[in-house]
Amino acid sequence: MEPRNGDKPHLPPPSLWPVGFAIGIACTLVGLVVSFPIGFGIGVAITVVFGFLWVRDVTRDYATPPPAPEHHPEPAAEPAPAIPASHGEAALPEPTPEELSTMPRSKFLEGATLGLGAVIGGAVTLPAAGLMILPAFVGQEQDEVDVGPLGNFAEGEWTIVTFLIDPEIGEVSRRTAYVRYNGLLEGKPSFTAVSNRCVHLGCPVQPSGLVQDEKQKKEKGAKGEEIRVIPVEGLSAFGCPCHGGAYDTEGNRTAGPPVRALDRYTFSIRNGRLHLGKTYSVSEVESQGAQALIKRYRLAGPGQHVDGIEKVLYPIQPPGR
Amino acid sequence: MARARSARREQIEKLALYPIDWLEERSGLVGGLKYFLLRKVPRDTNWFHTLGSATLTAFLVQAVTGVFLAMFYKPDPDKAYESIQHITNDVTLGWLVRGMHRWGASVFIILMFFHMARVFLFGAYKYPRELNWIIGVLLLALGMFEGFTGYLLPWDNTAYWATVVGININGTAPFLGPFIAQILTGGAEIGSETISRFYALHMLALPGAMFALIGLHLYLVIRLGVSSPPWSAEAAGAERAEPEPTGRAGLVSPGPRGAVGRPDA
Repeated sequence: MEPRNGDKPHLPPPSLWPVGFAIGIACTLVGLVVSFPIGFGIGVAITVVFGFLWVRDVTRDYATPPPAPEHHPEPAAEPAPAIPASHGEAALPEPTPEELSTMPRSKFLEGATLGLGAVIGGAVTLPAAGLMILPAFVGQEQDEVDVGPLGNFAEGEWTIVTFLIDPEIGEVSRRTAYVRYNGLLEGKPSFTAVSNRCVHLGCPVQPSGLVQDEKQKKEKGAKGEEIRVIPVEGLSAFGCPCHGGAYDTEGNRTAGPPVRALDRYTFSIRNGRLHLGKTYSVSEVESQGAQALIKRYRLAGPGQHVDGIEKVLYPIQPPGR
Repeated sequence: MARARSARREQIEKLALYPIDWLEERSGLVGGLKYFLLRKVPRDTNWFHTLGSATLTAFLVQAVTGVFLAMFYKPDPDKAYESIQHITNDVTLGWLVRGMHRWGASVFIILMFFHMARVFLFGAYKYPRELNWIIGVLLLALGMFEGFTGYLLPWDNTAYWATVVGININGTAPFLGPFIAQILTGGAEIGSETISRFYALHMLALPGAMFALIGLHLYLVIRLGVSSPPWSAEAAGAERAEPEPTGRAGLVSPGPRGAVGRPDA
């Protein structure tokens, strides 16, 4: 296995045979598909012939006996030592100290490489980072959802309303509101529409009352999605199963870790139908039902204070929300 | 001795070594591997020193099983749960690979903590190994983040609500909290953006970062050597050529230990 020429790497001379070998392989594959026996056979023949020639070429070093070491005639005389570059006849004049102190070409090239690299890196990174971050903040406004005719909501009674805020995404966007019709206030219908998102850490709060699944009414949404309206009898409080947060029927915190009252939905009534809109945060609610005085704030995440000194300091609201 | 070997045997040996020599001459990889594997360690290392390799093995198991799970998993809110059911119930040996990944995740986290405890109790984080401790802490954080992002992927009720709570805990962090929470969620509410984003982090970004940091971690282990236990008379990473200092065994550590090239420590 060892090459005959000692520790020098095995470097066969350039060879054209591989070209023929490659053509042979191509003929074989084409022949396999196009004309099985004949074209394929020709291809195999070309491959074998040129393969043999190639191998013979490459292994010539092994096949032939090593050439006898050539006798190099002694050089007639010791050649004169090379002149050091700094002492030879200079193609250019020696640089003066002032010239040396200015920015040398290597420094310039180094800076240019780094600078260009930074520009290219930034040009690639910025849009990519934007793609990751921006969609989370822009276009998050949600449309109002039609949740059915006013007749579905009896005065003074609670209902569980579930609907899709984005039917395009599907069931994962299903949201729940606890809705109570409070009767007329100054001639207009008044509703209490509480979000089921616990303001501790976002689990779904549950109603404390008798959920009457058999009286469930189903409505069709704008995109044909299902909206469910389920009456609840004797709803007296809300409770969260995750960490024991408890709220009264106005959404005020009565026990547990939540830091404020439950969020609420804005609502509007059009063509005799109730529409639920955006959610907003509430620090607390005074009084009850139609007379309730709601201390309203911009929507904040669960666990975030909306009143007191924290309101000023924190949270900083992300744009587009 | 050479005479005693038959010429045939010598020929076979040459034949076997030829590809190794070929590789070594062109890459130096063989020497590198020898340097990596056949290095000096203190005489009194014990089984606790294997916790790091155990953690690495657990990570590799996660990486390999994760690749196979990714061939069947669909990060889509409508299909994720079904695809997990499909892997568990229908795919041949799917239950096994998913089980390895699911339980192996816990094994990996537990081993990381055991490894960290060993390093802490042996004082192996001290000079000159502080940087390796810091890299280890980063690996721990990335490992926990892997656990958090992976927990959502089964897309059942536990996964969904645990992630809701986890992201909202993030949201209560001072100043940057709400931003981070919203970036993690990919919008105002958890939905299809969240699951695909968690999937990408879980299988691409985090493992890539962890592979890089593990490489750095191992490089530093090799460069600095394995530290000896606190009761050892032998200085960690010291060359063995020097005579052992005597009369030190059993004493309270007499000075800085584990310094490279300080045989007297």
